Amino acid sequence: MTIRDRFGFAFQALAAYPLRTGLTLLAMAMATAAVILLTALGDSARHYVVDRFAGLGTNLLVVLPGRNETRGGPPPLLGETPRDLTLDDALALLRSSAIESVAPVVVGSAPVQYGSRSRESNIIGTTASFFEIRRLQMAQGRYLPGGDPHRGRPVVVLGKTIKQELFREEPALGRWLRIADRRFRVIGILQSSGHALGEELDKIAVIPVTSAQVLFNTPGLFRILVQATRRDVIARAKQAIETIIQTRHGGENDITVLTQDAILLAFDRILRSLTLAVAGIAAISLIVAGILIMNVMLISVAQRTAEIGLLKALGASTAKVLQLFLAEALVLSILGAGCGLALALSTLAVLDRFWPAVKLQAAPWSLPAAVVIAMGTGLLFGLLPARRAARLDPVIALHPH
Amino acid sequence: MIELTGIERTFWVGGEPVHALRTINLTIAGGEYLSVMGPSGSGKSTLLNILGLLDRPNRGCYRLDGVETTALDEEARALMRQQKIGFVFQVFHLIPRLSAAENIALPMMLAGIPASQRRRRVKELLARFSLSDRARHRPAELSGGQQQRVAIARAIAMQPSLILADEPTGNLDHASGREVIDVLETLNRQGPTLILVTHDQELGARARRRIEMRDGEILVDTGSDDNS
Ligand SMILES: Nc1ncnc2c1ncn2[C@@H]1O[C@H](COP(=O)(O)OP(=O)(O)OP(=O)(O)O)[C@@H](O)[C@H]1O
Ligand SMILES: [Mg+2]
Repeated sequence: MTIRDRFGFAFQALAAYPLRTGLTLLAMAMATAAVILLTALGDSARHYVVDRFAGLGTNLLVVLPGRNETRGGPPPLLGETPRDLTLDDALALLRSSAIESVAPVVVGSAPVQYGSRSRESNIIGTTASFFEIRRLQMAQGRYLPGGDPHRGRPVVVLGKTIKQELFREEPALGRWLRIADRRFRVIGILQSSGHALGEELDKIAVIPVTSAQVLFNTPGLFRILVQATRRDVIARAKQAIETIIQTRHGGENDITVLTQDAILLAFDRILRSLTLAVAGIAAISLIVAGILIMNVMLISVAQRTAEIGLLKALGASTAKVLQLFLAEALVLSILGAGCGLALALSTLAVLDRFWPAVKLQAAPWSLPAAVVIAMGTGLLFGLLPARRAARLDPVIALHPH
Repeated sequence: MIELTGIERTFWVGGEPVHALRTINLTIAGGEYLSVMGPSGSGKSTLLNILGLLDRPNRGCYRLDGVETTALDEEARALMRQQKIGFVFQVFHLIPRLSAAENIALPMMLAGIPASQRRRRVKELLARFSLSDRARHRPAELSGGQQQRVAIARAIAMQPSLILADEPTGNLDHASGREVIDVLETLNRQGPTLILVTHDQELGARARRRIEMRDGEILVDTGSDDNS
């Protein structure tokens, strides 16, 4: 019996009971679609995070005060209080040939006031290098001046949103505003950055690092962004950072150096396992669909006893009958999975059409995986009814009563 | 060529043995026409099931065309059924969802015969049993006589050497029954052995060799053509 005949026969048998078959297909389709859609959700979240990190800049290393022992883990949010990282620490890093530039970063929050309008805003204190490392574009004016970073000039670069909030349509360049009790002159407006934690940057005011240290009364740095000269020297840059800081900190290795790759990898891992977990939950609906297939086929076997007896009388062996019924389970699950695939993809297409911002995309691996799992489920749950059919005694099955 | 020696078949019903067949010895030459008669429960169907390799005796030997069948595995017995044996049942046993043509093609499909060859053979069989204009009809759309003719066409599709018919006229009116018997007898004249179980004395009497069964035993055997 050829494969084609086998599936043709199975298909005809299923088509003879359209309602029963239809409902089973529906269950199978929903289950498959659930697996694909939920996986898409998890995977798209992963892509989102990974893309954001990629936008941070290339060949990036981040130096944090304090030692984080869980290597490769996510950055420590709240460190203990180790020795401060200073501006001179940051500048000392430039001695290494593996390091292209460094941007010391101080972060704080303060009221920003212009005329009668005031906003509590995040303030970043840094140097000109920050703009290069983070690849920030200016909408107007220029970014922080170069020169000796120890000079805390009273200048500020504003994010797009905060400029809008304080100045409305008024030109801001050259105007003086107040941050806490100090006056700063606006020298530039940042272009809205579409990505790279862009939201944050649109609401931010950037001032020279020393000004920020005075403003927040802190000698330490929040972190240092370091750009390695090339991708292949990132490891060497990391080594250099540790050695230089250790020498400066009296032999103590009290910093954490995160490479972009390590951060990415950590997030990637977390979100990947999350995706798999979600897919696993969705797979439960596949089991439900599998049980439905089993029930439908058990009913089918009971109703078709005489047919099974006949097939045996016509020369079908036990194995052949088993195969025929497994083919039915397979046809059910393949058709169901196919419908589920179409359902999932069209749902994603519709979402993309009406809410393009959501950027929900099916993980490429999830499509074949869902189909294979659906087929496996069909075969697994089809096995019991198929065996029941195969074991039927033809003499009893053909008995007229 | 069929040789049964010492065939016994016992069913156990609620701990009690039911001797459906007791020590059956029977030799049937190729091409014979044999009717099996006897009261209800005498073991006719059981005998036919064993001859058709659907059932196994508890004891005894069954040689079919020189092959000792009781020792064969299920796969080999299925193959012998496919190649050598055609069944005709009282209740036709057509598959309701399949057309007449598809029902006839079923054994050939199971045997893996290519579709083009199947179509040719089905066409030939439909014509032979005056069913050409019924090829696409479902069993429910056919009369009893037509259904049984479809079933007979299916039984001989693989050109078996043995046709087993268990009360093939039991569900038919007199005229259709006659027609079906005519068809079977015509087939028998072209070569295959025909074993016909019937309750109808008149039909049974038409066979060249007649067997009378009672309580799982052969009571009367008119003998094969050679020794009668
Ligand atoms: N599968 C079975 N299980 C138990 N007993 C059985 C089974 N098949 C047949 N028998 C018994 O074996 C005996 C012979 O049955 P069989 O069907 O061969 O009779 P029969 O001659 O064909 O009768 P009928 O003319 O009514 O068809 C009967 O007593 C029957 O009850
Ligand atoms: Mg009977």
